[in-house]
Amino acid sequence: MDAALDARNRQMMTKLLVVVVAMLGFGFAMVPMYRQICESLGITQGRVVGAANTQVDASRSVTVELLASSAGLPWRFEALEREVKLHPGQLVTVNYRVVNTLDRPVTANAIMNAAPSNAARYIEKQACFCFSTQTLAAGEEKVMPVVFLVSPSAPKDMTTISLSYTFFEQPRSAS
Amino acid sequence: MSAAVPAHDSAHHDDHAHAHPTGLTRWLFTTNHKDIGTLYLFFALAMFFLGGSMALAMRAELFQPGLQYLNPEFFNSLTTVHGLVMVFGAIMPAWVGFANWLIPMQIGAADMAFPRMNNWSFWLVVPAAILLVASFFVPGGAAASGWTLYPPLIIQQGISIDMTILAVHILGASSIMGSINIITTILNLRAPGMTLMKMPLFVWTWLITAYLLIAVMPVLAGAVTMLLTDRHFGTSFFNAAGGGDPTMFMHIFWFFGHPEVYIMILPAFGVVSAIIPAFARKPLFGYASMVYATASIALLSFIVWGHHMFTVGMPAAGNLFFMYATMLIAVPTGVKIFNWIATMWQGSMTFETPMLFSIGFLCLFTIGGFSGLVLAVVPVDITLHNTYYVVAHFHYVLVSGALFALFAGAYFWLPKFTGNMYNESLGKLHFWLSVIGFNIAFFPQHFLGLAGMPRRIPDYALQFAEWNMWSSIGAFVFGFSQLLFLYNVIECIRSNRKAADNPWEGADTLEWTHLPSPAPYHTFETAPVVK
Repeated sequence: MDAALDARNRQMMTKLLVVVVAMLGFGFAMVPMYRQICESLGITQGRVVGAANTQVDASRSVTVELLASSAGLPWRFEALEREVKLHPGQLVTVNYRVVNTLDRPVTANAIMNAAPSNAARYIEKQACFCFSTQTLAAGEEKVMPVVFLVSPSAPKDMTTISLSYTFFEQPRSAS
Repeated sequence: MSAAVPAHDSAHHDDHAHAHPTGLTRWLFTTNHKDIGTLYLFFALAMFFLGGSMALAMRAELFQPGLQYLNPEFFNSLTTVHGLVMVFGAIMPAWVGFANWLIPMQIGAADMAFPRMNNWSFWLVVPAAILLVASFFVPGGAAASGWTLYPPLIIQQGISIDMTILAVHILGASSIMGSINIITTILNLRAPGMTLMKMPLFVWTWLITAYLLIAVMPVLAGAVTMLLTDRHFGTSFFNAAGGGDPTMFMHIFWFFGHPEVYIMILPAFGVVSAIIPAFARKPLFGYASMVYATASIALLSFIVWGHHMFTVGMPAAGNLFFMYATMLIAVPTGVKIFNWIATMWQGSMTFETPMLFSIGFLCLFTIGGFSGLVLAVVPVDITLHNTYYVVAHFHYVLVSGALFALFAGAYFWLPKFTGNMYNESLGKLHFWLSVIGFNIAFFPQHFLGLAGMPRRIPDYALQFAEWNMWSSIGAFVFGFSQLLFLYNVIECIRSNRKAADNPWEGADTLEWTHLPSPAPYHTFETAPVVK
């Protein structure tokens, strides 16, 4: 093979190797390319893009009145808001404040009550101070949340719910 | 093929570069395009029988409903490795074998442009095949995810996947080296007067195939590299738990995968375009349109990958685009089919074995093309996706397409390769047994797919029993009749029915008109002048 042809062949090989390397790079470049294309065209169908709640029934609202009392226990206990208006399925957080006015530590349990009487089954609590006993030192003040939603299956005529909590002191232990 | 070197070459015998070594080292170190072609062809034949036995094992299991011989995991491995072996071990190396033998002779070149690299291309394929076969014997068994290597399944399996990935890497490197060699040979080493538009179509189709290979093989290498790093190096290209996306592998894989199916079929178009004119004793009808059609098919193959994944939830606009682009391919393919028919029109046809296989190719490949059009229709595909209809479709294009063209080419050029005529009656018997066995095996699979039988399963519902029985019977007829091909090749090499320099009346390419049979070890050291 003469030298000129040899040089031409090597030149051709170099060109083709450039194509090979470029295509290898293209293979990897497809990863960000697909992400970009899918995102910009909004065609990431069926993928979870955020924790969007698809169960909210925006067509109606329910007013939840927040009540608080303490049975025979001299605690100051109140809701920070009088009432909250929400859509069924919508997760909300409400806060209660409690102050132990006694000069001794007290352990108490909060018991929920709801009106109308069938409303309790439609209130789905994710977090609540009523899930555990609360112990407050003498004079201690605490703000406690309730995270809940009203189930979308709640009857349409249930437009107002009264949600009330009552603290009962736990029987003091023998000591 | 240790053919005696004819007299006109003996002047070179003292020249070291033209020594003709013998024995094992001849094959190990050879840089001769004919030796390497022979190695590729015998390697492909061995892989064809290996992949074929896997297919027969599966058809034995599917002969009846229920599990008889194989456990489901092993069945899945067989499906996977059958596909990989047939695609990368049988069909592709067989075409590279033909390319090595024929391209230098058809363009009037002495050898390939890079003979040493040619040797490497072949000897890389062997360890890859050994890796694939050896992966059956490691814990967990061979890859069982289908030849498409989809995650997440492939990320979870054992060491056999790493062996498979390495094998694919090696095969890719081999294909890329082979393609660089073929492109450089065709573009730089043509004899004086052999302009591009005078090249035989086999050379044209291989030129385009080689470009496809260097464009998509690196993409496959990238995709399997990503699988490897997902498995072992903590990346999350396809792992949803790490923010990756398994669907993206399908996009990258089929960007390689669709051009890949044309890599397997374009050289078949070239072979059939050589054989039909030879036996119709007429020049090929519409040579230029054949070249442009081949190029169009190759270009379109880059924008249709989505039709393999209509069910992944692409937007409707995407599905429609891939559907119309896919249907568009039927136009250049139709040009080819009609050109072949027009070539035969009013020709003085004779029906020797190469012609029979070419006509078989023409009829059955067209059926495969039509079922491809059916599958291109999005709503139809959604019901047929991953059913036996798809299996039937791609076996019609790959077995009665690529493989039949390989047989046609083998019978056509055996006289030139070996210097002897093959046994014509046995060749015809091989054709008829193949075509009947093939159709009994694969035509019923259309019915099974339409009835809803899923692919890649070892067991099936009772309503599919009847056609599966027929399919298995056909598969065994087809499979065992291939032993006849092996016998025909060996018998042809050993026989003493000397072939004429041009045993076919209508063949007019350089290897027939300018070279004796068998083709001497060194040919066209002085380039012929093509007018």
